[in-house]
Amino acid sequence: MKFINIFLIVINILNFNLLMAGEIKSENEIAKNLRCLICQGQSVHDSDSEFAISLKLVIKDKIQQGMSEEEIYSFLKMKYGEWILYDPVFNQNTYFLWLLPILIFLVGGAIIIKRFYYKK
Amino acid sequence: MKSKFIPLILILIFIITFVIFFKGLKNPNIYTPNTNLEKEVPSFKLKSFENGSIIISEKIFKNNDYHLMNIWASWCIPCKAEHEFLMKLKNNEKIKLIGLNYKDNFKNASSFLNDLGNPYDLIVSDKDGTASIEWGAYGVPESFLIYQSKIIKRFIGPINNEDLLEIQKLIR
Repeated sequence: MKFINIFLIVINILNFNLLMAGEIKSENEIAKNLRCLICQGQSVHDSDSEFAISLKLVIKDKIQQGMSEEEIYSFLKMKYGEWILYDPVFNQNTYFLWLLPILIFLVGGAIIIKRFYYKK
Repeated sequence: MKSKFIPLILILIFIITFVIFFKGLKNPNIYTPNTNLEKEVPSFKLKSFENGSIIISEKIFKNNDYHLMNIWASWCIPCKAEHEFLMKLKNNEKIKLIGLNYKDNFKNASSFLNDLGNPYDLIVSDKDGTASIEWGAYGVPESFLIYQSKIIKRFIGPINNEDLLEIQKLIR
């Protein structure tokens, strides 16, 4: 009986551990996708500036409140604008950015195919 | 025909790349927030600086007064520079100054106010900086001019003489 009790306690503790780990992981995941606005070329996750420290705390709070990753992104986008997100949204300003690689790929493919059949 | 075609394309690619990079050179890559947004005031629930009682933002901004919410800290050097302008604003009866003490300790902050004077009608303290994030602030000092629970104008960095004149013009 005693053995079972101890076993259950250990299992419980291990489970809590897993829960925490999951939370920290998604917290870091979100912070990595955010640009630190006052430090150039760093993500919020990498930075130790006052702004980044506070922002990480806010992300933690929001996760505990039960907000999803997407909700946190849109919350921060509302506060700071699109610039805070590393992943640019597909809109009028960015469709050149998103479509250019595909366009280059298609043109390149066309050239290769044309050459290949030419030689034959 | 082929030998003419390839150099032409190369030159074209070169020109396009040059134009894109040249334009990118002139774009500032520092974050510049929009300062003229008419936004609802974010709500907060913070502890008062003096006695630790809880202050709710809706109660402060409800009436028809103008408010200037100023984010400051005793460790922030530019805050000292803007302090004299805040003291000048204190004499204006139409505007109420609200200080948001950002990541500061009580002792340093109160000696800062004792040395330079206290321009604020009310001070709330933001120990971990999370309330400032709700306001969209990203550093100290920063000020928000508020009227009827709306942010009329936002001042990034220390308030100077020009900003002071602008505030006085807006609240007249």
